Amino acid sequence: MKAVVTVMLKPGVLDPQGKAIGQALAHLGFGDVGEVRAGKVFELELAQTDPVAARNAAESMARKLLANTVIESFKVEIAGAATP
Amino acid sequence: MNQALAAEFGLDADEYRRVLDIMGRTPSFAELGIFSVMWSEHCSYKSSRVWLRTLPTQAPWVIHGPGENAGVVAIGEGLAAIFKMESHNHPSFIEPYQGAATGVGGILRDVFTMGARPVANLNALRFGDPANPATRRIVDGVVRGIGGYGNCVGVPTVGGEINFHPAYDGNPLVNAMTVGIAPAGRIFLSAAAGIGNPVVYVGSRTGRDGIHGATMASAEFGADAESKRPTVQVGDPFVEKLLIEACLELMATDAIVAIQDMGAAGLTSSSVEMAGKGGVGIELDLDQVPQRETGMSAYEMMLSESQERMLIVLRPGAEGIARAIFEKWELDFAVIGHLTGTGRIVVRHQGRIEADIPLAPLADQAPLYHRPTAPSPPPRPIGSLPAARLAEDLVRLVACPDLASRAWVWDQYDSTVGGQTVKRPGAADAAIVRVDGHRLALALTTDCTPRYVAADPEAGAAQAVAEAWRNITATGARPLAITDNMNFGNPEKPVVMGQFAGAVAGIARACIALDFPVVSGNVSLYNETAGSPILPTPAIGGLGVLADAAQAVGLAAAPGQDLVLLGGDPSHLGQSLWLREIAGQEAGPPPPVDLAAERRHGDFVRARIAAGGVAACHDVADGGLLVAIGEMLLAGDTGAVLGPAPDAAGFWFGEDQARYVLAVADGAALLAAAQAAGIPARLLGRTGGEGLTLPDGATISLATLRSAHERFFPALMES
Amino acid sequence: MRAGIVVFPGINRERDMAIALERASGRAPRMVWHRETDLQGLDLIVIPGGFSYGDYLRCGAMAAQSPVMESIRAHATRGGHVLGVCNGFQILVESQLLPGALLRNASLRFLSMDCHLRVERADTDFTAHYQRGQVIRAPMAHGDGNYFADDATLDRLEGEGLVAFRYVAPDGSVTAAANRNGSARSIAGILSPNRRILGLMPHPEDLVDPLLGGTDGAPLFEGLAASLAA
Repeated sequence: MKAVVTVMLKPGVLDPQGKAIGQALAHLGFGDVGEVRAGKVFELELAQTDPVAARNAAESMARKLLANTVIESFKVEIAGAATP
Repeated sequence: MNQALAAEFGLDADEYRRVLDIMGRTPSFAELGIFSVMWSEHCSYKSSRVWLRTLPTQAPWVIHGPGENAGVVAIGEGLAAIFKMESHNHPSFIEPYQGAATGVGGILRDVFTMGARPVANLNALRFGDPANPATRRIVDGVVRGIGGYGNCVGVPTVGGEINFHPAYDGNPLVNAMTVGIAPAGRIFLSAAAGIGNPVVYVGSRTGRDGIHGATMASAEFGADAESKRPTVQVGDPFVEKLLIEACLELMATDAIVAIQDMGAAGLTSSSVEMAGKGGVGIELDLDQVPQRETGMSAYEMMLSESQERMLIVLRPGAEGIARAIFEKWELDFAVIGHLTGTGRIVVRHQGRIEADIPLAPLADQAPLYHRPTAPSPPPRPIGSLPAARLAEDLVRLVACPDLASRAWVWDQYDSTVGGQTVKRPGAADAAIVRVDGHRLALALTTDCTPRYVAADPEAGAAQAVAEAWRNITATGARPLAITDNMNFGNPEKPVVMGQFAGAVAGIARACIALDFPVVSGNVSLYNETAGSPILPTPAIGGLGVLADAAQAVGLAAAPGQDLVLLGGDPSHLGQSLWLREIAGQEAGPPPPVDLAAERRHGDFVRARIAAGGVAACHDVADGGLLVAIGEMLLAGDTGAVLGPAPDAAGFWFGEDQARYVLAVADGAALLAAAQAAGIPARLLGRTGGEGLTLPDGATISLATLRSAHERFFPALMES
Repeated sequence: MRAGIVVFPGINRERDMAIALERASGRAPRMVWHRETDLQGLDLIVIPGGFSYGDYLRCGAMAAQSPVMESIRAHATRGGHVLGVCNGFQILVESQLLPGALLRNASLRFLSMDCHLRVERADTDFTAHYQRGQVIRAPMAHGDGNYFADDATLDRLEGEGLVAFRYVAPDGSVTAAANRNGSARSIAGILSPNRRILGLMPHPEDLVDPLLGGTDGAPLFEGLAASLAA
């Protein structure tokens, strides 16, 4: 089972990378872009076959290592979970 | 398998006929791949070898000259310095970050594979016209790549040089130099020995990265260069750091017979060269090679340029001790073959023999070309010149791309890691790095003035060697040896080949006169885009030694010192930056190089520094005398008042060689000593105050000079 | 003083740190491999600078999960001294031995240059050989030194006097220009509530020798050696 963990800086934490990307987009003529936030995506191949167990495992990994919850929030999606 | 396919591999008709002769049959795909990379310009030096043989490579302190992974010189106290400079030009144009990063990684491996702990990195960089929008992207990527790799691996980046010129627009140069230290009696070489001995693969796994990178470096770019992106390798400095530590740990045992990194042409060149140098055969089982991707063919594995990999021949029975060390450092370790007495390389994969080539003819019958040469056209004559306006011209010159402060670049390189950096970038004419646990220190520099070489290849290349020697001398160190990184255009063009031949002759002349032999080097040809070559750029990496690091002299003047010019009044404006930046002319002959004067003046300066009493020393180079003075004042944050002197442009901005400016407490004593030694000297003035007061009474504030000097890089890169 | 330097894969300033510690205390520190868990007999644990695990996930994140960190936590709980410099500081915040986080430098570029630090308090074992308010010079070399914490945490750090060093101009004033990496309230180093754990970004260990440009970093190690003399 595959889990996708998206890690983003929490709102309020300065994101200089996102800001620089936003400025670069504006220079390229994409003037209609508002705020840009940069984050990370992790694709995890999990042994679990039960979507709930897989989600629990991925959330535990995110809390323990993938995200620093002091500054980052995360979101877990289980691929194919909607059609078991 | 046919001629057309061979041509796609970069082998011409004659070369393919030789392959058929050697093999006595049609080669397999993997065999053709092995021939093509081993006979590429990059690996075989087929256009340059006849010239390189003429370089002086001997001196009593040389332990290993060219032919090993890097040059080795004795530096005293039972220690050796191991160093080399190598280009990564083509990859850096395609993907500047990874190209520069893997360039640093590759040269580090060349040095630690010989048993040295790397202690310093330097980089000689050439970029296109700052006004070209692509230049900014390339500078950004190259600087980040060098920093990203060197900072992570924990080797300080302590020096180097940067030039800009439109001739590098489609072909930037990234020449990376690494210097390491090893016990002189514990140098590791690459010649394999011991039939039956295990051949071991360590480091990262093999993927499809950079297949045919060596042949890419041997052909010029067409308009489709951007589409060659997939062949670029990706560096992993973290694994490199582990590899350094693991290899040095293994080298402390007696397990290793021979070791070499897998650089260009990867497993092919390392196995062929190690077995070939040792006069033995080698058998490889590719099924044992640690792989990152599935379904790789023998051809792909043999030619992969995945980074951070080494090939080691172990003593029999040493597998256990070696495996334990590499597993401790969490690196892949696999016995992938053994040495044989057949004199052949045999490659097995999935039960089949994919390649079986006799090694001696692969090396001995490699193509060797005496390519036709033609002289360079004489430089344009100098046209009519404006009068020099000292203050105004100085401010413009210190702001120009080739002279502006490089602090924006240095500030992104970790120059202090290791805790031995005595003179950081910009603090002295050469970087000074102390040897851990000793008073000894190394003086390190890279030098080349490509516009001189373009105007006169022989004189220009001799100048590059002389300047490296002078920069080491100006710190008080004794110059020992050089590494040369020869960057040129397409050698099939007679004028380009003539530049190469002339440059080799100039290097040889200077090396002999200065006792400064070539101990390692690298050739990068085909540096052209759409038929337009780069300026000929024989970059020289120089190494010197100081018995006591505390004696090292920097270039920063302090208030209350006399400034003395040694070596004679300058006058030569040909090919000077003043001519280019102020008069708008790239014209005239380059400054002549009088090596006897160079040596006499340099030996005098070094002796004065050793005797104490020299507070600062800086050679007169790009920009001439007034720029040299300005740089000493900016570095020391002091002004100066200059006394009466000629007001000619040639005096203040001429780039005559063999000249130094010294800051001393007692200028009169220095003048007397110089006179006694028969060396022309002139008191220029005295330091102090907030500005530079010129002989005509005009004063430039230090703040004005500084803001002009520091403007260029931030304006180019951060705007 | 018996000091131990923890070596994670990718750490690269362990030798610089060993030189500084030995110079100050006359005793060579013990090098502690990251898989070791027995830290008995050590007065001071130092986590040096570098790129542990390549800093590939977040700086210090993977080292913070390593077995030796539990032993360091226990050492800290017993009241032992811990110094984390650069990557070591990042590892200390990732393991939550110190609060906050270290983000990418505001400029998004690696910063390698000398900076000036103001010593905010001199009554700790780390700063005992400095004067309060003294301005010292130290090299910095990092890509992720931008100290971040929420306002409540920052207020608590300030209120409890746990800010050890701040980036300042040479005259000691707090300015935006002197705060090159963009750290909250110009914070360069912080202490634990018992003031036995110090994390800081710049490298005092690289300025302990006049030959290398100065000795402003030496008092930190000399102060520790005097406080922890055994």
